[in-house]
Amino acid sequence: MHIPDGFLTATTWGPAWLVSVVGLGACIRTAAAKLKDKMVPLMGVMSAFVFAAQMLNFPVVGGTSGHLLGGVLAAVMLGPWAGAIVLAVVLVVQCLIFQDGGLTALGANILNMSFIGTLGGYAVFAILKKILGKKLLLAAAAAAAWLSVVLASTACSLELVLSGTAPFNVVFPAMLGVHVLIGIGEAIITTFVLSFVLKVRPDLVEVSHE
Amino acid sequence: MNKKDILWGLGIALLLALVLSPFASPWPDGLERVAEDKGFLEKGEVAPALSSPVPDYAWPGVKDEKAATASAGILGTLVVFGAGWGLAGLIKKKD
Repeated sequence: MHIPDGFLTATTWGPAWLVSVVGLGACIRTAAAKLKDKMVPLMGVMSAFVFAAQMLNFPVVGGTSGHLLGGVLAAVMLGPWAGAIVLAVVLVVQCLIFQDGGLTALGANILNMSFIGTLGGYAVFAILKKILGKKLLLAAAAAAAWLSVVLASTACSLELVLSGTAPFNVVFPAMLGVHVLIGIGEAIITTFVLSFVLKVRPDLVEVSHE
Repeated sequence: MNKKDILWGLGIALLLALVLSPFASPWPDGLERVAEDKGFLEKGEVAPALSSPVPDYAWPGVKDEKAATASAGILGTLVVFGAGWGLAGLIKKKD
């Protein structure tokens, strides 16, 4: 759901840029206080994994594909703030080097995927973990991963509506319909990768030793 | 995180980029599909605000499509690996 240049008007992408810059500053300050030495290279590894995984589009339905967002995965591994920074790093490189997501829309893409998808997705995960208990950590991650994609796509829809690109009653149901399906892929991949890391290196998963 | 973990993690990411990315689904993603169906795709067909060196994950000039994608994937994976690690290192030093 990387928004290209041209989909958003300046009255939408401008404020989104502002929010993303201020928000990333806050993420950096908060992450700095919590960052442990061993997490420093792990942020590089997670960035590499999320980037590579985002290239792997899987078919969803009727000539449509989706790919991992990776926000909940990164946040559960690294904590929400470092996770959001990882997603932002990936989005910036995708935009600057690969023209995936426009430069004007970069703020909106960071807002949708790094803040709403990652920080928001992690908030959902944290609530579910509290309700379900640690034994059902993977279930909480799966549900949060699914919802993170739905929430991020909803934010994207709203930005398109605010820009007058498409009316709400047209774009919202269409985006929702596709992303509830893409979210299933997100949940499966997130659960698979987390269960693998929890098996081989549980100490690298931030929430497993809180 | 020791050297072995880092190499394993990076190795898995590079392998995904190198081996699987050329076989990723070429179909449009959710947003592109909706834009096409709802008739606003052409709004995105403006000149990009910034011309990127490797647009659409394919090295310009590499004729073989799979090789163009795989090499772009390797480049991107290494760049974000360095950027993520470097940024984390900078943040860490600040405190």
